[in-house]
Amino acid sequence: MITIIIFIFVSVGISYWWLLRQRVLEKPWLVTGTDTDTREDIGRTPPAARTGLIVFLAVVTSVFSLFISAYFMRMELNDWRPVDEPGLLWFNTLLLIMGSLSIHWCSRAAEDLNVKTVKITLLATGLFTGGFILGQLIAWQQLNEAGYGLRSNPASAFFYLFTGLHGLHLLGGLWVWSKTSIRVLAGAELEQIQLSVELCRNYWHYLLVVWIVLFALLLST
Amino acid sequence: MAYVALADRGQVLSHPKSFITKYIWSQDHKVIAIQYSLIAVAVGVVALILSLGMRLQLGFPDTLSIIDPSEYMQFVTMHGMIMVIYLLTALFLGGFGNYLIPLMIGARDMVFPYMNMLSVWVYLVSVIILMASFFVPGGPTGAGWTLYPPQAILFGTPGASWGIILMLVSLAVFIVAFTMGGLNYVTTVLQARTRGMTMMRMPLTVWGIFTATILGLLAFPALLVSAIMMLFDRLLGTSFFMPAIVSMGELSETGGGSPILFQHLFWFFGHPEVYIVALPAFGIVSDLLSVHARKNIFGYRMMVWAIVGIGGLSFVVWAHHMYVSGMNPYFGFFFATTTLIIAVPTAIKVYNWVLTLWQGDIHLTVPMLFAIGFIFTFIHGGLTGIFLGNVVVDLPLSDTYFVVAHFHMVMGVSPILVIFGAIYHWFPKVTGRMFNDTLGKFHFWLTFLGTYSIYLPMHYLGFLGVPRRYYAFEGIDFIPESAMTLNSGITVAAIFVAVTQILFFINMFWSTFRGPKADPNPWNATSLEWFTPQTPPIHGNWGPELPQVYRWAYEYSAPGADKDFTPQTDPPTDAEIAAR
Repeated sequence: MITIIIFIFVSVGISYWWLLRQRVLEKPWLVTGTDTDTREDIGRTPPAARTGLIVFLAVVTSVFSLFISAYFMRMELNDWRPVDEPGLLWFNTLLLIMGSLSIHWCSRAAEDLNVKTVKITLLATGLFTGGFILGQLIAWQQLNEAGYGLRSNPASAFFYLFTGLHGLHLLGGLWVWSKTSIRVLAGAELEQIQLSVELCRNYWHYLLVVWIVLFALLLST
Repeated sequence: MAYVALADRGQVLSHPKSFITKYIWSQDHKVIAIQYSLIAVAVGVVALILSLGMRLQLGFPDTLSIIDPSEYMQFVTMHGMIMVIYLLTALFLGGFGNYLIPLMIGARDMVFPYMNMLSVWVYLVSVIILMASFFVPGGPTGAGWTLYPPQAILFGTPGASWGIILMLVSLAVFIVAFTMGGLNYVTTVLQARTRGMTMMRMPLTVWGIFTATILGLLAFPALLVSAIMMLFDRLLGTSFFMPAIVSMGELSETGGGSPILFQHLFWFFGHPEVYIVALPAFGIVSDLLSVHARKNIFGYRMMVWAIVGIGGLSFVVWAHHMYVSGMNPYFGFFFATTTLIIAVPTAIKVYNWVLTLWQGDIHLTVPMLFAIGFIFTFIHGGLTGIFLGNVVVDLPLSDTYFVVAHFHMVMGVSPILVIFGAIYHWFPKVTGRMFNDTLGKFHFWLTFLGTYSIYLPMHYLGFLGVPRRYYAFEGIDFIPESAMTLNSGITVAAIFVAVTQILFFINMFWSTFRGPKADPNPWNATSLEWFTPQTPPIHGNWGPELPQVYRWAYEYSAPGADKDFTPQTDPPTDAEIAAR
């Protein structure tokens, strides 16, 4: 349970640090008026969706931390037989990195109001990400044929679980990506999709980091 | 005012026209709150009826037994799971959280109204899946609400064929619903507070719900993870949790898995879950006590720190549910220590409630009666918790009725009393009508005394060593005849309490439609929800301008003020400005 404990400590630590900045030490019964409300962002509140995504990613991190905790605890038992990961995963990782880069580029282009680049990079993001998911499916097949079926060993079962869960999250991302793409193709003003692309970018970067952590974990054990 | 325009920016509220968009597919947080509450209460009534089936069996095993041993286990399981998750969690966060957060912090709605609507409908789906398990071959799962493998998915346990699958799927769906709601509650508190509503001016109700939601968002994934892994074990034949098992003379295909791993994951969710239910109750009861004692809450800052402190600590106590699981004894020492540490902020809260009452102008209204009743039951259940937190005391008492009595006092009766108190307290705002006071007082006294006569005797059964989750106690030497008599008495009390709840439903139903018109602020409270332009509040909550907040939420009986309460929206007086 070390992994999840570390995650919880970090989350609780960040929350407490944030709370300390919210003047939790002040005596509210002595303070009247509105001038103590120092929130400068009250007028230009950052869109709620941005905060909502951060909170959501904390939830997803909790899920993955728990799976990794379970992985470590299950690994200690004596029937563990490590998986021989297919080399295809390296290529898939490259695809996912490309996807992340192109959505990053897209987000820049959306800020610069460059419609053409936005369209190209959005398409590229979809292709790279779709390629990654397809690649993962082929890796599953290779692994299965190599004798590492789902039932063969907990190590292989965890492999399918990790990659499957990560893939599902990417599919969720692709759903939002497709909605954004449809709006771009329908000729929406770029100002209106900037936030949407920015959130996609953050989500893609996040899932790339998750994949690198998972991949490193699978390779090293 | 420029600020109003900015704060309203991006909050384009669709004002629904038809009945369906107004009451069914509604995006209004208040309608969603009522939908959440009605579903939760309905499913709670099912769980109540299940408990009566069990009590009849335990109290009168020879004469009034209407269920067989399998059904007994199924009822135990469904009663526990429904009460903890589908009633308490959903009602506190989905019900009260939805209704009160935007009103109390001065927002027009949740920040993601569409997702909020999805949340309640996905919750309904999870409830339907759960209820469907009553009708599938083999019935619902009878694994106990903790669903420990391997027995939960082994054939021989009731509901191992379909029930357990539906239970796990339903839990996963519930977690999706909760996450959609939870993102809303947290983000709304962080982003949609009106001008002047600093964190330290929020009523403790919002603090409790806010912290509990964060706990839920971080802890429910543990349940999701264990549900997914158990579904894999059950459906696909993996061995995450399943050890090698000889069943009917044949060795199972699974092997090497760790049931303890499941227990760790489950209780990593299970313990914070206690506080997911308790923290909103703590917050609400603080507000009820303060309003009806006409006094500011004693030690507001300490109350806030205690809530967030308990929230953090609740993640490092989970293994005190596992003292008998065979884990490393040094873990037991560590977790006993953290468990006793968590008693410190909890005790601070209890002292502060009592000190809030001290020299207050106590109005024994119906909500106040329930709030004071909560202090009794919570102290009672909390103290037995300190017993059970110690390894040496827990070992002999583990899996006896002492444990049943403990968690029903602390996590059953206590939050339910707060829920009743809160319903009576906010009923005039929600419906615009007043409930019947006499019926309410009858309801309180009968429920309070009735539940005490259910759970107090159970402690003695526990000391005798009467084990929980047993269908019958025939032929067990150490259980005396008097224990059986006591069991009959408990059953009579349980039936009495269950029937008493009819008073509540009659009162609510009649008052909603026929009750006298309520004053917009019948309790003379200070917090924002009582100052909406309309009662009940309309979609959008506030008039053309959002309210501004100038002070904290507990300005009761302030020296020098002309009334015994000063609303949060009252600008500072000349004297207050001069005092700065």
